[in-house]
Amino acid sequence: MSVFNQSRGRVIQIIFFVIFIVIVGQLINLQIFSSKYRLAAENNAIFRKIVYPDRGIIFDRKKRAMLENTISYDLVVTPVESKGTDTLFLCSILNIDTTEYKKRMREIIFKNTSVKPSIFEPLLTQELYAKLYENMYKFPGFILTDRSVRTYPYNTGAQVLGYIAEVDTGFLRRHKDDGYEMGDYAGMNGLERTYEKVLMGERGIKRYIRDNKSRIQGAYENGLFDTSAIAGRNLYTSVDVEVQQLAEKLLQNKIGSAVAINPKTGGIIAMVSSPNYNPNSLTGSERKKNLGRMLLDTSRPMFNRAIKGQYPPGSTFKPLGAVIALDEGLITPGYGFPCYGSYTSCGVVVKCEHKNAGHAGSLRLALANSCNAYFSQIFRMSIDNPTYRNPQVGYLKWKEYMNSFGMGRTLDVDLPSENRASVPDTAVYNKAYGKNRWNSCTILTLGIGQDKMTATPMQLANMMCIIANKGYYYTPHFVDSIEHESTTDTSMLGKYRRKHVVTSTSDTVFRAVHDGMHDVTIYGTAAGIKVPGVEYCAKTGTAQNPHGKNHSLFVCFAPKENPTIAIAVIVENAGFGSTWAGPIGAFMMEKYLNDTIATDRLAEVERISNANLIPDAIKQWYARKDVQRQAKLAMEAASKAEMNADLKNINADDEEDSSSTPATDKKINTEKTNPTKDRKNNKANQRVGALFINQSKRLKVVSTKA
Amino acid sequence: MNTRNNTVSQGIDWTIVTLYAILVSIGILCIFMVEYRTGSNWFQLFLGGKTNYSKQLMFAGVCTLIATFILLADSKLFTAFANLTYAFGILLMLATFVIGKDIKGSKSWIALGGGFNLQPAELCKIFVALALAKYLSMQNTDFTKAKSQLIACGIVLVPAVLARLQHETGLALVYLSFFIAMYREGLPASILVIGISFGALVVATLIVEPNTLAITLTIIAAMIIYISWRQIKRNIRLLAIIIVTWAICVGVQRFAVPYIFNNVFECYQSQRIYSAVGKDYDCSQNKNNKSIEQPGLKVSFKPDDYNVRQSKIAIGSGRFWGRGFLKGTQTRGKYVPEQHTDFIFTSLGEAFGFVGCFGFLGLYLFLLLRIIKIAERQRSAFSRVYAYSVAFIIYFIKA
Repeated sequence: MSVFNQSRGRVIQIIFFVIFIVIVGQLINLQIFSSKYRLAAENNAIFRKIVYPDRGIIFDRKKRAMLENTISYDLVVTPVESKGTDTLFLCSILNIDTTEYKKRMREIIFKNTSVKPSIFEPLLTQELYAKLYENMYKFPGFILTDRSVRTYPYNTGAQVLGYIAEVDTGFLRRHKDDGYEMGDYAGMNGLERTYEKVLMGERGIKRYIRDNKSRIQGAYENGLFDTSAIAGRNLYTSVDVEVQQLAEKLLQNKIGSAVAINPKTGGIIAMVSSPNYNPNSLTGSERKKNLGRMLLDTSRPMFNRAIKGQYPPGSTFKPLGAVIALDEGLITPGYGFPCYGSYTSCGVVVKCEHKNAGHAGSLRLALANSCNAYFSQIFRMSIDNPTYRNPQVGYLKWKEYMNSFGMGRTLDVDLPSENRASVPDTAVYNKAYGKNRWNSCTILTLGIGQDKMTATPMQLANMMCIIANKGYYYTPHFVDSIEHESTTDTSMLGKYRRKHVVTSTSDTVFRAVHDGMHDVTIYGTAAGIKVPGVEYCAKTGTAQNPHGKNHSLFVCFAPKENPTIAIAVIVENAGFGSTWAGPIGAFMMEKYLNDTIATDRLAEVERISNANLIPDAIKQWYARKDVQRQAKLAMEAASKAEMNADLKNINADDEEDSSSTPATDKKINTEKTNPTKDRKNNKANQRVGALFINQSKRLKVVSTKA
Repeated sequence: MNTRNNTVSQGIDWTIVTLYAILVSIGILCIFMVEYRTGSNWFQLFLGGKTNYSKQLMFAGVCTLIATFILLADSKLFTAFANLTYAFGILLMLATFVIGKDIKGSKSWIALGGGFNLQPAELCKIFVALALAKYLSMQNTDFTKAKSQLIACGIVLVPAVLARLQHETGLALVYLSFFIAMYREGLPASILVIGISFGALVVATLIVEPNTLAITLTIIAAMIIYISWRQIKRNIRLLAIIIVTWAICVGVQRFAVPYIFNNVFECYQSQRIYSAVGKDYDCSQNKNNKSIEQPGLKVSFKPDDYNVRQSKIAIGSGRFWGRGFLKGTQTRGKYVPEQHTDFIFTSLGEAFGFVGCFGFLGLYLFLLLRIIKIAERQRSAFSRVYAYSVAFIIYFIKA
């Protein structure tokens, strides 16, 4: 028996050993051979909190901040900790009733659990913030958190500055290696986008340990791996805020654009595209709604016409045509052309505004009188240049000139999605007329800035720079310098600091062009447009527009000697260049050069600014939208009345429930019902119809911000 | 851990006492790691007695006191009272059904007040060990007889069934460890073999596709028949035995195992076992699942193997040397549910890694072997059986 039992004892020992070995084997497998568990534990427990740096600020040429960061406060609540909050008092500060409070709490808990902080009320006003701040001790579980928001103190330059928005999945895919994460904000347009890398700064990362409910337990490894945030660097631009504001004011109620460049540096002084929008409307809680409305607007306020709008330059092109002919050595300033009211050499008749003999007796005269025949002639001379075999080669040479002047190609301004407009390639004409079956006559109106030639307002302004500078330009740009410029910044800005010499024409020859353009302002089409104390050179244009009334164009530079500003203005469907575009350009020059507008001219500023030149089709579109909005409001009012009826019932129920509460409380409750009821109804009504989608989207944004 | 220091007649085996003390200290340390919060004044909390580790320490102190009394008492006393205490234990377990307190869905606790709870099923293990020991050591018990074996089984199975009825399947399984003690005292080895085979079959069922396993079993049976064809020719009963065995195996695999997992085990237990072999368990098949979802029983039910996964992560993240004392992120973040009870081992694994775990298990094994060694030294069957039972109880708590 004993022996038998002894062996059984051995068996049991063996069983112990076997199980021990099995467990150790499992441990080896878990702890030594699989590395994924350590990783999984870190993914579980380490919470990377991104510390957002302040974005860089954009200054104008006089170091005035065109946009700034302000701190905006959100009221944030952690529902589990909010027991004991003086709900009634909080509601009275926020001007909501307790039902609304409970509803929000329910929504917050539903969306973001009750242990994580969520935004209770976003973007508090200063007044509200102050009221809440001094009473925070009464609201356990509530905190005020700050976040950085863009503001635009001058309400100007929306399209130039661009806007920032939360990155979407597409953006993240495109910028995989730049370290963006969901919930980040990035520049989506304008300078904010171009200089994103400079403005964004470097985010800091803090690592925390969190628990199973994502509550922070403390710093990870005492902050050993944390990095601190480095603020974004500031941009110093060549923009003059006041000129920009003035130009925006002058162009309001019109469709058009104005660009002013300092020819000496290529720095853009003002860039306006109308209609535009208030940049402040794209910050804060209304952003989504406003953005949607603007994207659907038929007049496209988000569309920067200054770099994307393509307009036939019309007569404003003439000085450049002359420069080409002069540079090719085909004409001298003394060259004259006998024009008697039209150009007939090609069979088709190109009409001229003037009939008197000798009005195109020289380049200067031809420019001053804007003689169509003269410029048709010199264009033909360029194309049919005997140096080249045939008109096609001649055209290619002419196009090469145009391209070198920045026409028909992108100038590479520091804004995204610039349009290169159009100087057609020979292929275009080969296709239209057959290969080599076209000549200088076929494309004759190119010479007076029509045909298939288009240019953006910025290209026209750049053209003025070339003429003002007598043959060179700097690529137009906004940013002159970057704070703490690094070598990458320098190489980025390098292209804006390189002088492009595009002609070999002598200064004296250019003088003839300048004189001609000056004469325009003395006795030519711009004779009625004066800038007090400034001699300037200009050229008006009235571009034929196949889609409606002529576009009103105006290009100029000033002062005549040693010019410091070159401007191109376009007002769509506004008729003669001298009527609308001209005065706008003149006021911009005056503001820039004289720093103020002469008091006797202020009335004129108001007159132009108030003139509504929006085409009828667009006006009708707005009218239609208004009718729709009215209809929607009526519908909402109807459902509101319905909701009111429902709400009265609910309130009656509430009253019964709270009958045990002290009378004072009740009083406050009833006092509060009226204003809050409306607010609540608004919210409820927004559920009606398509707005519901916007609303829910916005809520989503708010929650992700949290 | 409800074991008492064992006495060898009048002397005390200090090795065991030391080992036990070390293991208890490690246990308290682990609970401390789980409960510790950065920045909190743990010493004050500790003195306050509100935390689990201070409770555990108080418990250990009380146990030491009891152990001293036990040491001083005459060993005959236990033999005398064995049946009485057994009856008392069963009574307590039955009483639990009436006055029991709900803790996490299992009504197996009796509140003692002061934050302490008593789980009779846990306590009863000792009484069962005593009773079993007494029964087997009785002069008129001949353990080779089937009748005595059945009675012994009965002594063990009654509390096991009661524990199961209280939704404490884990504890119920612990009672099965007594079978190994009984094996030591003469329970036929075949029962153990059958038990182990059954275990292997269950594991095979979980891992292998049902049909594949059935075919495999059939092939094995056919091969055995083929190989032993000559013996079968001589003795036709052998064929019958093989076929019956095959039928039982397939039956177990096809019907019994799914039945056990769906009806006997709680959903989470099925999941735990399934995920131990790397499989998913579909809780919707579980009968007990529905009973738990009854209104009023507010049980937060995790639909996946969250517990096991997090425990694996905790242990696995320890790697070879561990993350260091109080540095385990899984433990600090409370990712492992019930870490201070069922999953306490995970905190050890995370903080001290493979080295720590191996050392701990080594100590444990040493303790167990030591107990067995002492058990073998016992002259009286009572003491021997009791010691064995104790060894297995300790073992199963761990496993």
